[in-house]
Amino acid sequence: MSGLSTPSSIPFPRLRPWLAAVPVLLLVAYLVLMDNGAVSQTGAFLHELMHDGRHLLGVPCH
Amino acid sequence: MVRTLLVRGLLVGLLAGLVTGGFAFAFGEPRVDDAIALEEAAAQAAAPEHAEEAEHGHSEEAVVGRPAQKAGLFLATGLYGLAVGGIFALVFAGLRGRVGRVGRAGRGGPVGPTSDGRLALVMAGTAFAAIILVPFVKYPANPPAVGDPATINSRTLLYVAMILVGLAATVIAVATARRITGDPWARRVAAVVAFLVPVVAAWWLLPTVDEVPEGFPATLLWEFRLASIGTQLVFWTALGVLFGWASDRAARRTIAPAPAAAAPS
Repeated sequence: MSGLSTPSSIPFPRLRPWLAAVPVLLLVAYLVLMDNGAVSQTGAFLHELMHDGRHLLGVPCH
Repeated sequence: MVRTLLVRGLLVGLLAGLVTGGFAFAFGEPRVDDAIALEEAAAQAAAPEHAEEAEHGHSEEAVVGRPAQKAGLFLATGLYGLAVGGIFALVFAGLRGRVGRVGRAGRGGPVGPTSDGRLALVMAGTAFAAIILVPFVKYPANPPAVGDPATINSRTLLYVAMILVGLAATVIAVATARRITGDPWARRVAAVVAFLVPVVAAWWLLPTVDEVPEGFPATLLWEFRLASIGTQLVFWTALGVLFGWASDRAARRTIAPAPAAAAPS
């Protein structure tokens, strides 16, 4: 570990444009974990397809 | 730089998610099957002629059959890993170089991790405690057949509220630790106490949810919950280790670009 320099910080102005990815990633997580058809418009399909994942990732599921 | 980190987070997250899917398939799916068998037996006993129309949709006529749901498990954990890995990378990009030096003025040495690899491990461990363990203790995972479909919205909101409490408690803990510049042990204890006070208060104050049906086997519930928290533990361990390993590897390459100049570490 001593061979690694202390990491330098990334200036916030360079970081800011990438924050636009956060809502997209949160939407993906929402569709996987919590959506019941209201957003995805696929009815129960997405919910049922990823049903076991929801239960085992520990999210409340019907 | 940010782009590199984001791509790394997405790929490593996807990989960690698929590894997690393997664990959940091996240790969680048998419990899910047991619970669904109980659910169907209960529906059969309650209304033999209408058992097929069980509202849960776990019966044979469900939108998605059991084999597809088991494949869907990997889709779910893979997409979950992708999304979480991306967010993890962006938080990492923001924290990198901003933690680890702060306390250097004090005699206690730096606060927090000092290398990319350690930062990734500390972040993953903290995230597991704050957004997985904190909600799990109050609202533990439930197998199929446990939980009233009518309360899904309120249960989901309470679960998200516990995640937010865990995140807020982390911010409070870090802010508290930064104010203490002396003994590192005093700082660690203060951070843990500052984390636990809001978390325990929320555990105490938020409404309890107990929708386990009468007569549901306690061993099956325990084994399912163990498999569920194990699934999350596998995910965050894999994410922290893989992201940290990739980051340290990348850092070593930039320090010693020529193979001949590489230090024998």
